[in-house]
Amino acid sequence: MNSEKITKGVLLLSSFLILFVAGGMVFSLVKGAIPAFKSFGISFIWLNDWNPTEGKENYGALPFIAGTIVTSVAALLISLPLSFSASLFLGEYYRGTKMAKVLGTMVDLLAGIPSIVYGLWGFYVLRPLLIDLGLPNQGFGVFTASIILAIMIIPYATSLSNEIITMVPNELKEAAYSLGATRLEVIFSVIVPSARSGIVAGYILSFGRALGETMAVTMLIGNANIIPTGFFGTGNTMASVIANQFGEAEGLKLSSLIAIGLLLFLLTGIINAIGKFIIKRMG
Amino acid sequence: MNAAAKITAANLSRRTFKDRFFKGIVFFLSVVTISPIVLIIYKLVAKGYRQISLNFIIKTPPDTFEAMTALSNGELIPGGIANGISGTLLMVVLASVIAIPVGVITGIYLYENPGKPLANLTRNVSDVLQGVPSIVLGLIAYMWIVKPITSGFSALAGSVSLSIMMLPMIVRSTEETLKMIPQTIKEAAMALGVPYYKVILRVLIPTGFSGLLTGILLGISRILGETAPLMLTALGSTIINLDITKPTSAVPLLIWEFYNDPNMVDLIWSSSLLLMAMVLTLNLVSKRIAARTK
Repeated sequence: MNSEKITKGVLLLSSFLILFVAGGMVFSLVKGAIPAFKSFGISFIWLNDWNPTEGKENYGALPFIAGTIVTSVAALLISLPLSFSASLFLGEYYRGTKMAKVLGTMVDLLAGIPSIVYGLWGFYVLRPLLIDLGLPNQGFGVFTASIILAIMIIPYATSLSNEIITMVPNELKEAAYSLGATRLEVIFSVIVPSARSGIVAGYILSFGRALGETMAVTMLIGNANIIPTGFFGTGNTMASVIANQFGEAEGLKLSSLIAIGLLLFLLTGIINAIGKFIIKRMG
Repeated sequence: MNAAAKITAANLSRRTFKDRFFKGIVFFLSVVTISPIVLIIYKLVAKGYRQISLNFIIKTPPDTFEAMTALSNGELIPGGIANGISGTLLMVVLASVIAIPVGVITGIYLYENPGKPLANLTRNVSDVLQGVPSIVLGLIAYMWIVKPITSGFSALAGSVSLSIMMLPMIVRSTEETLKMIPQTIKEAAMALGVPYYKVILRVLIPTGFSGLLTGILLGISRILGETAPLMLTALGSTIINLDITKPTSAVPLLIWEFYNDPNMVDLIWSSSLLLMAMVLTLNLVSKRIAARTK
């Protein structure tokens, strides 16, 4: 009989399996979130309260959405100059040299460090340092979490920007040099404009990573179920509140956590889709 | 020298200075960027090396009272993290058994049907899966396995969450690897009348083997250190457990437990050192394989 048809069937089946898993995820998250949305309506998303006291249960996602966005944006801003420099180091200044190879390997290794190890380092090394510098709340809070998050997302932005910067045609750069431009001028008037969308896509994707990071943030953000009062205030992110509160969660609370998971899923999905779309448009 | 030349000369030296200054900043910030990896590894080695021994690998952790006694006598905390190591191995192997075949076969499907709407959809969905935060995968495995199937926290649930995490990476790397194989090799096999499944098993997979291996190893190195999804699924256990329907520990879960227990806190460094050693070795090995094939 035709083994060819069977083979093709198996290939098709396994790709259906992935679609099925993804569809199932959406279905399960929505189903799990229904009780929460039934109790609080769509206003669950902008309800600024998290009260698990029995009889007065009231859950809203706003503190955590705010915490997630504040920490991730801060992390992105902190990581921006660092990953931009590293990608220029790798793709322009020291391209092809041994130094670039060493630096590139080390940046890649940053992506390999487990989140919990980042958390420990942040807790035992970075936090005491920040306390000495006068940070309130024993060094816990948005700022501390953002620094660690920034280090964690550097490799993602760096590797994509570096790839794109390397792809800028030599003729363009040489034309600018022949007009007497310095290297700095070549970077900002030739390389950056022609690699712009790739660099932006890299930052968007690394922002998407920051949104969903759990352990390191949980260990450093201070775990207060409120909207962060400022850059140095404590708070909680969507991922960290799930990690924190899941242990004793049941009923409405569990459903609210799943609803937060659903919102996080949608948020990261949208951000990643934008990043991927920009990359695709570049060809 | 006339005035115009003077201005140009001053302008040029200013431009050269700016250029040099910027290069200096780039160099400095690049060093800042990689300094955490050096500092983190230094901290782990400096604080963790004393605990590393054979016992650390083959024994289970002490209870909190034993640890407290050892601490107050100024001794090393006895015991090790055998339950974590065995649990990590169990769950990683099980996750690989689930994710590798599905991922590789899907990758082959994408490679064989470029441009088909279903293939494009699968590729996009797989990209979406890759971006899903690991904690959400933990919630999913909790709803799919912990509640209905094992009716309690289990290694199986942990493996399922890890396998969903690995899957898109393997799909991606398989497709990318196969794309690099010259079309003629496949056509030669087809022309000889080799059945389709044999073309896949005997030609495509062996030719792209090192690429596939790289993807798989990178996938494994990524799930080895995952903590968040396991907190929602495998939970942890104080004994060595190899029953996939029972709660199981893992190295990262143990680190989390030690971190939360003041008496055991000394063990976090050696456990993290061991975990980092495993992750970074896998990382470097896979990079080495990738570099050799290029």
